[in-house]
Amino acid sequence: MLANGISSSFVPSNLEMLRFAPELILSVAGTLLMVLDPFFGEGKKSPKIFGHISIVAFLLAIFGAVEANTVAGPAFSNLLIVDGFATYFRVLVLVIGVFAVLSSYLYLDREAADTCEYHALLLFSVAGQCLMVSSNDLIMIFIGLEISSIASYVLAGYLRNDRRNNESALKYFLLGSFATGFLLYGVSIVYGVTGTTKLDEIRTFLAAPGVPTGYVALAAALMIVGLGFKVSGAPFQVWAPDVYQGAPAPVSAFMATAPKAAAFAIFLRIFVTDFDKIGSSWEPLIWISALLSMTIGNFAALTQTNIKRMLAYSSIAHAGYLLVALAARSEIGTAAAMFYLAAYALMNIGAFAVVIHICGKGEKNVLISDLAGLGQKQPLTAGLLTVFVLSLIGVPLTGGFFGKFYIFRSALESHLVWLAILGLLNSAVAAYYYLRLLVVMYMHEPGEATESLEPLSPGLGLALALPAVGTFVLGVAPGAVLALATAGAALTK
Amino acid sequence: MNLLDLVIAIPAIGFLVALIIPRVMEKITRLLVMGFALLTFVVSLGLVSGFQSGVNGLQFESNKIWIANPEIHYHVGIDGLSLWLIILSTFLTPIAILLSWKYVQHRIKEFYAFLLLLECGLVGVFAAYDLFLFYTFWEVVLVPMYFLIGIWGHDRRIYATVKFFLYTMVGSVLMLAAIIFLYTQAHTFDYAEILAQLGSGKIALDHGTETLLFLAFFLAFAIKVPLFPLHTWLPDAHVEAPTAGSVMLASVMLKMGTYGLVRFCLPMFPIAAKENAPWIVILAITGIIVGALVALVQPNMKKLVAYSSVSHLGFVVLGIFSFTQVGLDGAVYQMLNHGISTGALFLLVGFLYERQHSLAIKDFGGVATVAPWLSILFLITTLASIGLPTLNNFVGEFLVLQGAAQANFSWAVFAAFGVILSACYMLWMYQRVFFGALAHSVKHHVTDLSPREWACAVPLIVMMVWMGMYSQSFIPAISEANARILDRTAKAGLIKMTPHVAVNAGTSNFAPAGGGNAHAR
Repeated sequence: MLANGISSSFVPSNLEMLRFAPELILSVAGTLLMVLDPFFGEGKKSPKIFGHISIVAFLLAIFGAVEANTVAGPAFSNLLIVDGFATYFRVLVLVIGVFAVLSSYLYLDREAADTCEYHALLLFSVAGQCLMVSSNDLIMIFIGLEISSIASYVLAGYLRNDRRNNESALKYFLLGSFATGFLLYGVSIVYGVTGTTKLDEIRTFLAAPGVPTGYVALAAALMIVGLGFKVSGAPFQVWAPDVYQGAPAPVSAFMATAPKAAAFAIFLRIFVTDFDKIGSSWEPLIWISALLSMTIGNFAALTQTNIKRMLAYSSIAHAGYLLVALAARSEIGTAAAMFYLAAYALMNIGAFAVVIHICGKGEKNVLISDLAGLGQKQPLTAGLLTVFVLSLIGVPLTGGFFGKFYIFRSALESHLVWLAILGLLNSAVAAYYYLRLLVVMYMHEPGEATESLEPLSPGLGLALALPAVGTFVLGVAPGAVLALATAGAALTK
Repeated sequence: MNLLDLVIAIPAIGFLVALIIPRVMEKITRLLVMGFALLTFVVSLGLVSGFQSGVNGLQFESNKIWIANPEIHYHVGIDGLSLWLIILSTFLTPIAILLSWKYVQHRIKEFYAFLLLLECGLVGVFAAYDLFLFYTFWEVVLVPMYFLIGIWGHDRRIYATVKFFLYTMVGSVLMLAAIIFLYTQAHTFDYAEILAQLGSGKIALDHGTETLLFLAFFLAFAIKVPLFPLHTWLPDAHVEAPTAGSVMLASVMLKMGTYGLVRFCLPMFPIAAKENAPWIVILAITGIIVGALVALVQPNMKKLVAYSSVSHLGFVVLGIFSFTQVGLDGAVYQMLNHGISTGALFLLVGFLYERQHSLAIKDFGGVATVAPWLSILFLITTLASIGLPTLNNFVGEFLVLQGAAQANFSWAVFAAFGVILSACYMLWMYQRVFFGALAHSVKHHVTDLSPREWACAVPLIVMMVWMGMYSQSFIPAISEANARILDRTAKAGLIKMTPHVAVNAGTSNFAPAGGGNAHAR
């Protein structure tokens, strides 16, 4: 045991602390921010310092996550596991965190609401997601999920004087806690059958011949309900449009990416490895959910006029593509989902960053028509949004295309021919509403919103340019990320 | 890096350079883009001079790993089939740039940048020998054309461009599904490798699968061609596009579809292709006749030319699915002919539009008296388009009809109506626009060709005569490539093969030479 870096005593060893580094850094930084509030907060000169501190914390945590991977292994009595899979997702959510902060500067400044709580909550939420993706225990997963969710509930209602924010937070909270209940119910049944909540022990238990699997299948179904909510997969998607539309734009960007990535990580870790044995019983559920998500998401998005709402429906559709990879139940499928989540995160952050840029104080310009003439007024911003839109459509040489290609390849290799064909046809439907963004931007004359547009702020500029570069890298030279995803996917087995 | 890589890379570099140059230097950007396009053309001529006949396989081949896992290669190369289509692309791009010199006055920089991106994609499509790479180029072509129509087009441009994009997208996602499926079977995207595996029976496709895969590819290509009844996006796109867009769309982009049919559908799925040929041929002939009849009643010149394209492309599809050497040679030659003559028609119609700001035939009349040179060039192009001997379309149409007659005589009979009708709609249009009473507005607005316009039109006219008088310069290379494709088809369909196809496939070295000589005389 000692050789593995696990101390037999109650006090954790240094190695275990190192494996826990990202969560530690984020929690310490979050607490520190709240302590610093009286010195830099309201009425003081430099509220931006909170953002700077968060970015440093996120970068340190990324460094910590990478370092932790060099000493990969379990921690805290096997409650946590640091492996390639966990590291991939940790880095992903941490990078999303950096972009969330970058795109918040301008927004919070505009709303005169740059307080320490916002950044602390962001840090805590990401800490929860890091915990989720590196858990080896259902209870730990639950704790991570709750940390992440509760912080996001508050973030969704951050501008407390804005009615839309209140509606968003309330809906998110009520439906979210309901969903968590389902998840917990599933966990308790698993515990009842197997006598453990540790993922590796559950796997060993189920692998033994002659184990009755009926109850586990029931638990799997309940967990699909819970996690389906978190990833906004149909038929549990109804909250997403209202919540994304109502929440502050940077928070929507964050919610559409980080919690979703973490929830998918859990989905993959539990279902593809632990529940692989009973795969035939849950695969049809995922199959149906994938098809419903793609179809509902894409068709509902067709008629939207609000960009945030459209992006919400589009994120439902993208959850559908990801569920296709899950339904493939293979290592390639897992790797495909991991890759797609990275590509998806980049293009969504970029698209939301443009929304933040154009929306103005009080988010008054959030209609698609408010983008009119952006191509003439600010060609660079428009060009960057074009990159994200092309990636969302799935045009080659972008990350979105390669991710989609990889997902449908995994589906076809697992003989999900019809799901793949219907999914691909769906992506043609999706092209219609994404194209509207390009049409409005380039083919309409500038409107009120774009005429009075300020130049791109440095923070937002970074939150646009870096994801755009990333989108191209994932599309043109996906090798490195793909290798990480493939290696990570192999470890979950 | 060989010549072919350069032909793909130069426009791509030009595109990036044009994007980087600041907006205030638009005039310089335009010159620079023209330089890039001309350079590409000159380099591409090296392909012609370096092309060796009698080589079995690809020339100017370049094969590098692009993505390691899943293994995707940057694999390009050309044979006689690709060669002339690439030259067509590089030949028309400088013309498209030059003809827009005055017409495009706002957002100049993006316009020319997109033309270069379009060229890069087109050359890539015709050169790609890796299915993934092919699909990449195939989709990349969509983006610049989408913007060209949508930004610089006429009144209903947005409707037209979205329709264009979506039509193509629906077809291509199914093709993507088929490509991925082939990958899961063959574990490679390399086209030569897939063909080898299909040929050796390493990938055994059952009958139903082969048919479905064929249809997936076929649909993508048929939309692009466009084959009747999938053609409805074409008139909209053509009418709304700026002149340069129409020229590139008609001349080269439509050929992506017919090229795909010859390059991929026939060799990969020979049995399915043969089995489905009858109804495809019926659609092609319907397209020939319906396209021509609809063209007859069009009040708008661009729309008329667009429908004539539907008709002409029907000939190409007919030739391809006749499964005869002559028919296929004619089809490929007709792709080039249509590129030149319809490109020229759109160009000249564009000149008229720039003068009169109208495309309606009724707004013209008596143009010949005020612009005699324009009228003469238009007349030559019109005659080429209706297939007058000594001009290019005649050769292609003749070969296609010959091939169709060999396969099934009644096909040729019906298709021949298209030739007659083409004379009706083209000459009638010519008469109404150029002869008759001189309309008042025509007298004030229509002037004869400027030197720049001469420079655009003359190369096309020269090519019409050259391709009509001496088809031997082009057809041998095409025949060789076609013979290999037909050979594959014949082998695979050995049991069900009709006798005359066997003869043609076997004597491929003679048939095309004879056909070509006959017209040269």
